[in-house]
Amino acid sequence: MAVRTLEGTGVGDTIEPRTIAVGRDTLVAYAAASGDQNPIHQDEQFARSVGLPDVIAHGMWTMGAVGSVVEEWAGDGGRVVEFGTRFTKPVVVPQDGGAIEVGGVVKAVDEQTRRATVELTATSEGDKVLGRCLAVVQLD
Amino acid sequence: MPVNADFVGRSYPPSGPYAVSAQAIVAFAAAVGSTDPVHSSPEAARAAGYADVIAPPTFAVTIAQQCDAVFVQDPEAGIDYSRVVHGEQRFVHHRPITAGDEVLGTLTVDSVRAAGGHSMVTTRTELATSAGEALCTSTSTIVIRGGE
Repeated sequence: MAVRTLEGTGVGDTIEPRTIAVGRDTLVAYAAASGDQNPIHQDEQFARSVGLPDVIAHGMWTMGAVGSVVEEWAGDGGRVVEFGTRFTKPVVVPQDGGAIEVGGVVKAVDEQTRRATVELTATSEGDKVLGRCLAVVQLD
Repeated sequence: MPVNADFVGRSYPPSGPYAVSAQAIVAFAAAVGSTDPVHSSPEAARAAGYADVIAPPTFAVTIAQQCDAVFVQDPEAGIDYSRVVHGEQRFVHHRPITAGDEVLGTLTVDSVRAAGGHSMVTTRTELATSAGEALCTSTSTIVIRGGE
């Protein structure tokens, strides 16, 4: 992958929107990899017993999946030097799977530090699931 | 029971070391759908200038959450974990977490506040190598939903 350059980056550049599928198996894999074994992310009966509509994705899975989109845009995962978000709504994952739609736009480019600030959007079933999701990418 | 505001400003001794393995990085990258070879191929990582495979940008949370446990699970803190949801998360990376790192985490409770019947607790974990090299500042806000 080519690392994104300062010269090749401008305010208003977009990250092409894409759909990322999330199945129950995705959440089992994320639970194993992250150590977050909260049953609301795996067990439908448990999730409903605590008032949730169904199994929900780990917020950190959603943030991680969006992070993977930023990495691809940056051309090197190590270039994502800052990354933050609010979790505004859960991503519901029914038995037959769910999805998130992810996109992004460059909000600022700092020529001194050669860093770009990218605002990411993530929705599921039309609802915004992340708020104020910003990544700072160190450009080449 | 409200969250104990006496904890604000409290800093804990470093916890760890947590050993970062290439296998843990590979599994995490796969789980978040990253196909960047810097997470899976030592050759690709070295070609990009890293010592070994590096962790995806949100991997630090797996260590930070282990560091948080000393506070979150302290009965004195008054946090009912069954009512906790993740409100905000932020990472500032000083250098990528790399396979082979031995990581120490220093936890500080930045704020405890009430909002709309809920409690919001912000913690900050400074991750560094056991040799003292800064890796990542992870800031997390959890929301403890109020009782019915």
